[in-house]
Amino acid sequence: MSSPSASSAAHGHQVSVWDGGSSPLGVSYGKLMMWIFLLSDAFTFSGLLITYGMVRSMHPAFVGDPETFAFSTQYWPIPEKVYEAIPFFHGVEAPLVFVGLMTFILIMSSVTMVLAVEAGHRMDKIAVQKWMLWTILGGITFLTCQAWEWTHFIVGTDTPTIKQVFNSTTGVWESIKVTGANLHVNQYGPQDFADFFFFITGFHGFHVFSGVCLNFLIYFNAVTGVYNRRGSYEMVEKVGLYWHFVDLVWVFVFTFFYLV
Amino acid sequence: MAHHSHEPEVTVLPPDKEKIKKLWTVAGILGVITAVEFLIAFTMGHGVLKTSIFVLMTIVKAAYIVGEFMHLRHEVKVLMWSIVLPMVFIVWMLVAFVYEGMKFSEINFLNFGG
Repeated sequence: MSSPSASSAAHGHQVSVWDGGSSPLGVSYGKLMMWIFLLSDAFTFSGLLITYGMVRSMHPAFVGDPETFAFSTQYWPIPEKVYEAIPFFHGVEAPLVFVGLMTFILIMSSVTMVLAVEAGHRMDKIAVQKWMLWTILGGITFLTCQAWEWTHFIVGTDTPTIKQVFNSTTGVWESIKVTGANLHVNQYGPQDFADFFFFITGFHGFHVFSGVCLNFLIYFNAVTGVYNRRGSYEMVEKVGLYWHFVDLVWVFVFTFFYLV
Repeated sequence: MAHHSHEPEVTVLPPDKEKIKKLWTVAGILGVITAVEFLIAFTMGHGVLKTSIFVLMTIVKAAYIVGEFMHLRHEVKVLMWSIVLPMVFIVWMLVAFVYEGMKFSEINFLNFGG
């Protein structure tokens, strides 16, 4: 690594920068590749969220007093009327409280991740293990919350929504009762609303899941002393970048899906 | 290296109190912004102003996460701009597609209420 040619490349002007041994952007190859991957992943998520924005603005919004809001497939629902349930309190209206909790959990796990990175810089194996465990716990808690949220969304509310469907056999319009949502029916609003819910939160949840797997791998390697033998905890940093990105995406999903 | 031990001797440095304090400050800022977002969600009527405030606060949060947690603000400037500038395309795409969606809505493309 510290061969005579490499050190002269850093100080002498006779060696071209194209001869290797230098990092033009001041980061290692692995970190740069992680940044480029995250940029492409940001484009993917943007594609999903922008399509959501377009399809939403294609549908009519609910007009009138929010107090009188009722679910209908004729207009886009008010998000806080959809996400208002919390576990163990059936029938209690608590708009956005649960999703706020999920946001808090993810931000906290981002903090513990950055503390693991800081510990890695100091070669503090014990602290890296501790903070990685907290980060993994945060990730698993978030996924558990999401599983509950999905279940609630799929099962639906106590009162079904009346939807008009055309019966092609009899040739007349019929009223049917719809409870819950999936990729075929949706009690909360237009079908697109449910489809986007499953795709966007699902795609993000899958990122959280793979992040938890990667975090566990890093934790395992830290415990078995791989990074001590390597003399560097840079892998914690690289996976940390991915984990923060997952948190970052949630910040945007939270705003554009739940708040606006 | 002379004695073939599995665990090499590693010097553990003490925690950087200043740095850790700064990280918790950033976490606090993120928490406060989220709390304010909640406050606005329940006290303000829906409209362009509310949406603009939310978008602005989201960008502030994103800047803190990317700049401090992901350390991008302290990286080489070329790297920072290589990541930040492509976001211009996303902003353009968002504006273009939402505008398109509103036009579709005007011509009642989905035939709602018709």
